[in-house]
Amino acid sequence: MTALLTIEGLTKAYPGVVANSDVSMQVAEGGVHALLGENGAGKSTLVKAIYGLVRPDAGRMTLGGRSYAPSEPREARAAGVAMVFQHFSLFEALSVAENVGLGMENPPPLRDLARRISEVSRTYGLPLDPGRRVGDLSAGERQRVEIVRCLLQDPRLLIMDEPTSVLTPQEVDTLFSTLRKLSAEGTAILYISHKLEEIRALCDAATILRGGKVVGECDPRTTSAAELAERMVGMTLTQPKGRGPEPDGVLLRVTGLSLPPASQFGTPLRDIGFVLRAGEVLGIGGVAGNGQDELLGALSGERPSAKGTVMLGGTDLSRAGPTLRRQAGLLTAPEERLGHAAAPDMSLTENAAMTGAARKGMLRRGFLDWGRAKLFAQDVIDAFDVRTPGPHVAARALSGGNLQKFVIGREVLQDPKVLVVNQPTWGVDAAAAAAIRQALLDLAAQGAGVIVISQDLEELLQISDRFAALNEGRLGAPVPAQDLTVERIGLMLGGAHDMEVAHV
Amino acid sequence: MIALERRPTPSRVWAWASPLVAVGLTLVAGGIMFAFLGTDPLEAMRTIFWDPVFGEFAFYFRGQLLVKAGPLILIAVGLALGFRAGIWNIGAEGQYIVGALCGAAAGLAFYPAETRLIFPLMVVCGALGGFAWAMIPALLRIRFGTNEILVSLMLVYVAQNILASAAVSWLRNPDATGFPGSRNLSRWEASANPELIAGTGAHWGVVAALIAVVFAHILLTRHLMGFQIKLTGAAPRAAAFAGVRPARLVVFCMGLAGVLAGMAGLFEVTGPAGQISIDFASGYGFTAIIVAFLGRLNPVGILLAGLLMALTYVGGDAAATNLGLPASAISAFQGMLLFFLLAVDVMTNFRLRVKRRDRRAPAPSPVVEAAE
Repeated sequence: MTALLTIEGLTKAYPGVVANSDVSMQVAEGGVHALLGENGAGKSTLVKAIYGLVRPDAGRMTLGGRSYAPSEPREARAAGVAMVFQHFSLFEALSVAENVGLGMENPPPLRDLARRISEVSRTYGLPLDPGRRVGDLSAGERQRVEIVRCLLQDPRLLIMDEPTSVLTPQEVDTLFSTLRKLSAEGTAILYISHKLEEIRALCDAATILRGGKVVGECDPRTTSAAELAERMVGMTLTQPKGRGPEPDGVLLRVTGLSLPPASQFGTPLRDIGFVLRAGEVLGIGGVAGNGQDELLGALSGERPSAKGTVMLGGTDLSRAGPTLRRQAGLLTAPEERLGHAAAPDMSLTENAAMTGAARKGMLRRGFLDWGRAKLFAQDVIDAFDVRTPGPHVAARALSGGNLQKFVIGREVLQDPKVLVVNQPTWGVDAAAAAAIRQALLDLAAQGAGVIVISQDLEELLQISDRFAALNEGRLGAPVPAQDLTVERIGLMLGGAHDMEVAHV
Repeated sequence: MIALERRPTPSRVWAWASPLVAVGLTLVAGGIMFAFLGTDPLEAMRTIFWDPVFGEFAFYFRGQLLVKAGPLILIAVGLALGFRAGIWNIGAEGQYIVGALCGAAAGLAFYPAETRLIFPLMVVCGALGGFAWAMIPALLRIRFGTNEILVSLMLVYVAQNILASAAVSWLRNPDATGFPGSRNLSRWEASANPELIAGTGAHWGVVAALIAVVFAHILLTRHLMGFQIKLTGAAPRAAAFAGVRPARLVVFCMGLAGVLAGMAGLFEVTGPAGQISIDFASGYGFTAIIVAFLGRLNPVGILLAGLLMALTYVGGDAAATNLGLPASAISAFQGMLLFFLLAVDVMTNFRLRVKRRDRRAPAPSPVVEAAE
């Protein structure tokens, strides 16, 4: 088969991090090509360059033999490149046909469009009623709207970014048969995922990225999941580290923690149990949407659970709200920085008071001492090198990395007994990520218990003493990190467990 | 092409300037409207804004200013706390009526006794009446997730009917003939809410309004409850994470608004209105919503906005009488004020940017925006 898309020496650097370094790869005409890598490996930047959302610093691309350098997505679409994003951009109040029309350059009249949508959806086995309101559709059906929108442009290359993260097993099956049909008709597909079994079932070629570089090419059909995981993670990460005091007394004991999903697309928590000892870092890994947010909510106190399920020392905190848990020493930092961990429009001083009021002595008979709040905010800014003009600045004015440092620092500096963080370095540049990880390790070394929930395997292996996988709301038994082999991680995260998710 | 661009940090200048700009725009647009109605705009503005304070009959109008501003401020302060937290109590009119009814009924139960305890008792009962009326939407929202906007608004109409029945039957003055209504509370010494300083129009309701402004200001700037109110309005999920209990906040904000509206009703019925009558409810509860927003949901701002709104009321009345402007034109004029305020408010968080129109790059499709 001939190459449809060729990339040579593509490089893209952001301040503090090189997202893509000298990346070269080829996508064959009609092939299903996997782009494989952990979070932060540079997959998104690469496909954004292909789709014209990011302009590379160096390197060149050709599409169908012609030089290809899209400066905006419109050019990419005109050249025959379409992309389905992980997060949908649909108007819930509008119908399927209206939504599709809004995304087109020159939409035909609505009735013709509806007919074409029906045709395309029949041809490719994507059942979809053009007259239905998007608000009434499931996540899988919404994705179909996005796919049909792309297919109406007759693309030569279809990019799919983590398409199965929101789908039910049945919907995954439907999607895969559609993609196979497209590929058989000559449309190339660039498929981004870190679900290894999916890739083995669907793709006929794979490029593996790690740290912004291409670290391998292989045929996923003939490579084992364990081998893929090994190449994705790299060999250097498995060295056990010797540091800190030996974990001793049990700080936090979670037993039989089950919660129904909070929302339609939420994941239930199923009988979660673990113990966390003083001085220990427990790493919890898993693919997005397997209960990470829900677990954090159950530990932070945003969602109370059944009696006796969350015990800190000898105290039952299962029914306690966030304030009581903070007073007891159980602190948390959620994944979503803006709007959850911090109030975007409020100043850093106010955000410091948000979780720090009780433990940092800012409250006197219900009155807030803003002087102390400001001092605390300044402490966090100084200790964690938060780049900002001062504590009066609104949280939303900070860059992601700086706000993340502030949000983590705010909890670390409150001297917690147990700190639970979700995705502590997501979207953070390399230097800031290192600083945050070090702070978490230091906290454990001082005798606190730390739980790191993350999708970044590399990070978890770097800092965890024990490691457990979260899958469909179930937590596997924690395994000491020094006993972990790459093969075993592959099975825990991308291998055996993923089989249950994807049913491929 | 002009585009709106989000500011990284809300502009402090615009936060204070936007009410002034809005007032300016209202003057211009209102002037045009008055001109179309055949009235000299300058004459109309002078009648509305200047004469009541400095004109020939200012001695009369000045008293009216505080009489109107008192209840507006008292109610608006309570509403603003809820609005800050995203709790939309728009039924203050109903709470105002029920407060007046409860307070008046409690007082009249002791008629014609003469003791100084009656008036304080009536104030307490008025506050409790407003509180109870506000608790209906609050508890329904907490328990069943009902929409407090609808419930509180509907309860206004219920209250208006209770008011009508009180005026014509169970609170009706048994000694009187003619137009139905309760005994005159302002002429009964035990229940009267008199003008405290002659000529100013200041009665106990005005005092209460000033106390409420100070109280709310301290609550919002210094107290944890005020911080939780602001946090819930700014980022509900962050508030839940911080440990704010939404149900408690709903009860507090709705309850306080009910208490203040109920007290406003009581001060009105014992003072300027004098008695429970069918037309006792004069829309303070609704106008207070405008006052709350005009004052940027800030207690001190509400104090100024309440005075300004009272001025448009008093001046508007004068304009209606002297210049023959229809009452609906005055209402439209007040509506413009809110409209422009909300419109100009955008400038606090956004700035205008004039972009050169680039023909090769039309507005990006939603697909692109989501990816960035």
